[in-house]
Amino acid sequence: MNFSEIFKQSNQLCRISPDGRYLATCVQYRLVVRDVNSLQILHLYTCLDQIVHMEWSSDSLFILCAMYKRGLVQVWSLEQPDWHCKIDEGSIGLVSSRWSPDGRHILNTTEFHLRVTVWSLCTKAVSYIKYPKACQKGIDFSRDGSYMALAERRDCKDYVSVFVCEDWHLLRHFETETQDLAGLEWSPNGCVLAVWDSCLEYKVLLYSLDGRLLSSFSAYEWSLGIKSLAWSPSSQFLAIGSFDEKVRILNHITWKKITEFEHPATICSPKTVVYKEVEKRPVRLHIITRNVCPTDEISQPPFQIPVVKPDLDRANPKVGVSSLAFSADGRYLATKNGGFQVHALSWHSNGDSLVLIGKEHLCLCYMDTEDKSTDSNIWTK
Amino acid sequence: MSPLGHFSQSEAPSLSGHRSPFVLTSFCTEDNVLECRSYINQEVSSLGLRAVWTPTDGPAELNVVAVLNSLYELIQLHRQGLRALDDMEVERQRSASNTELLQLSNTRLKGQLELSKRENTSLLEKERQLQLKVKNLQSCLKNEKEEVQRLQNIIASRASQYNHDMKRKEREFGKLKERLNQLLVDKKEKKQAMEVLNYVERADGKRSMWKTGRTEARHEGEVYRTLLSDYDARQRELVLENSEQRKVLQQMKRDMVSLLRGSKPARREETPGDPQTQVRGEGDSEDSEEVFESSCVDAREKLTNSIRLKWRKLKSHMERLDSQASLVQAGEGAEPDAVPLETHGQEMERLKLEIQQCKDFIHSQQQLLQQRLTSPCEEEEAAAIPPGSPMQGEGGRPGERGRLGEDWRALEEQRTHFEKERKTFTEAAIRLSHERMMFEEDRATWLKHQFLHWTPFTDQNQPEMTEGEQEAASVFSPECLPGSPSPETSSSPRCQALQTQSTADPYRSLPPSPESRYR
Repeated sequence: MNFSEIFKQSNQLCRISPDGRYLATCVQYRLVVRDVNSLQILHLYTCLDQIVHMEWSSDSLFILCAMYKRGLVQVWSLEQPDWHCKIDEGSIGLVSSRWSPDGRHILNTTEFHLRVTVWSLCTKAVSYIKYPKACQKGIDFSRDGSYMALAERRDCKDYVSVFVCEDWHLLRHFETETQDLAGLEWSPNGCVLAVWDSCLEYKVLLYSLDGRLLSSFSAYEWSLGIKSLAWSPSSQFLAIGSFDEKVRILNHITWKKITEFEHPATICSPKTVVYKEVEKRPVRLHIITRNVCPTDEISQPPFQIPVVKPDLDRANPKVGVSSLAFSADGRYLATKNGGFQVHALSWHSNGDSLVLIGKEHLCLCYMDTEDKSTDSNIWTK
Repeated sequence: MSPLGHFSQSEAPSLSGHRSPFVLTSFCTEDNVLECRSYINQEVSSLGLRAVWTPTDGPAELNVVAVLNSLYELIQLHRQGLRALDDMEVERQRSASNTELLQLSNTRLKGQLELSKRENTSLLEKERQLQLKVKNLQSCLKNEKEEVQRLQNIIASRASQYNHDMKRKEREFGKLKERLNQLLVDKKEKKQAMEVLNYVERADGKRSMWKTGRTEARHEGEVYRTLLSDYDARQRELVLENSEQRKVLQQMKRDMVSLLRGSKPARREETPGDPQTQVRGEGDSEDSEEVFESSCVDAREKLTNSIRLKWRKLKSHMERLDSQASLVQAGEGAEPDAVPLETHGQEMERLKLEIQQCKDFIHSQQQLLQQRLTSPCEEEEAAAIPPGSPMQGEGGRPGERGRLGEDWRALEEQRTHFEKERKTFTEAAIRLSHERMMFEEDRATWLKHQFLHWTPFTDQNQPEMTEGEQEAASVFSPECLPGSPSPETSSSPRCQALQTQSTADPYRSLPPSPESRYR
């Protein structure tokens, strides 16, 4: 593996364009666009303030740079470097900014989540959406980009609004039976919207595209509930990870639980393969410091996972299944349970390898595609 | 026996015998006064009292004083006896009443003991039950405590979550208030605005449209179209799955029917499912008919019902087979269905015969193997078999035959070898006998020569001669010449061995030996 030279960046803002040809990085208030293959700087843009958020448009033609303190959003074009666009939210403030799926609209959420403003780059039309909800995942676009679901809260009740992204027409607006809506997610086929409650109540509601309630699922009462949720790529299964360290899978026909996965501290099953990361002391050279790859051991069952018991008295305890990711073909489900320092899980698009991103390390896990047996637990320290 | 009775038997035959001691009228008469007197004397003295009559008194007279004294003493004795009797009576009565009393008290105490034992057991039982209850209650208490603990934990976590949320909201509220204050104070209000150099085209290149009722209808239509296409796709999948499963069910039904028909040829009962089976059997190959029928709820139910019926029949059949097998194993009575039992018996016989045959075969093989193993030295000698033997590499029976052939060949070789050896030995023996004969002739000639040339004059040569004679004699001593030569030894070592033998009486043995030789 070859390494390039080190480039500066700030705020961990490095994004490769959706078509994979460009790499954009932010350095303080500058936006640097490079070619992916040669890493030559193609464009350099300067913004008015330190960039806090940067995002490519879906067709890789525009880049959005948001500066929350100033309430500014600047948009740059790759085709026309002279083109510029500046959105000033004024005194109303700015909390988050994102592209719409068609790459021509920008959704700005004002401070205190007062409203969401939809700015268009094509027309002068501006749309306002009132009372958006400030929660874990309040906005979600369907995979084909035609619909947007937005969580709202007014008069101590939760609502969901479904918009048509073409012209921001409000399609449906309905109340949900949640106590405190924490998030919503479209299924990959765009026909079902999963809405889940906050962790104080375990409840998942499934709504059809036209707003009808299809089903609701609740595994237990009183204990802390859902922590994470993921759809399978075929929309056939919904995986729910909860604070009781279990993952429950629902099927799309009856919306009932078909199976349950546990994360026990002692793994006794002989079919399980456990890899343990053994950290070696990093070798320090004078000029370059590089960490030696920690070797993995394959341990024999029964295997005891060293679990650090988290402080349950604090809010949002570091217990439970916090990340879920289905592989692209839907054969594997990767889950992260407990307080392990894994910040992100993502699969390669061919479904054979998985990237685990930790605080200081990165781990690539390759699935043995010849071995058809399931149940492989990947655990890193 | 009263002494009177005794007396009446032994001494006074004239006395008439009233046994009762109270009637004494005919004891003494005028004739037997003297005998009576002596008798009385005897009796009185035996009782330890003074004698009634002493010979110092007159022969026919009684000592009245003595008589009266003894009478008085007798009366006293009698009174004493009566008193003793009374006392004893009283004693007896007292003891009888005592025993009665004791018996009564004994039975009463026994009853009490029984009662108390029963009470004891019942109390123990109660105690045990109470202990069980206590244990149950303790476990319930533990469970409840655990439940309480769990609920307390839940409450604690929820409380911390609420607190956290509350704090967050308060913070946000505080910020909001500050902002509001700021806005109120702030004079100039910056409005929202967007500056753009020029508007760009839409991503899909189309022009944006006005929001009209038509577009709204179009959107609705789009929504429903998406949903409908999704449902269509799902329905198609389900139909496919359904048809596959139906095919599997049909297959299963056909298999079950064939199984049942094959195992029960005698059964001809017509169940409600059968006509349909036949009907269905005809129409099975036609897929279109199936598809048509699949839409009909009745047909679906019929299929499932017929499968259920067949399955139940199969199950009952299997159960019957199992019970038959177990009965046959137990060796009990006859089944109403005797045909399978007979075939089963025949099968058993056949299998037993087979087993016996196999056992015999194994036994014979073992014996052969044993024979082969008991002669290892022959095998070792036969190791000089040419390695390029054609049969050596083949396994199984041909290999064994090859090995046997090799062994046979080896044995044959050994036999020829032994024959040769024997021939050589016989030849050697013949040669030996020839030589001996020659030697004998020589000896005879020599002896003759000696005898003819024998002189009374003893020379210095004689000790040599005597040695030579000794040698010759020792060679020809009769005990040294057994009949047949043994093949292991040859003639020359024998002569050496014979020289060491004693030559005690060479001269004595000398004359008879030639005679014996030539006899």
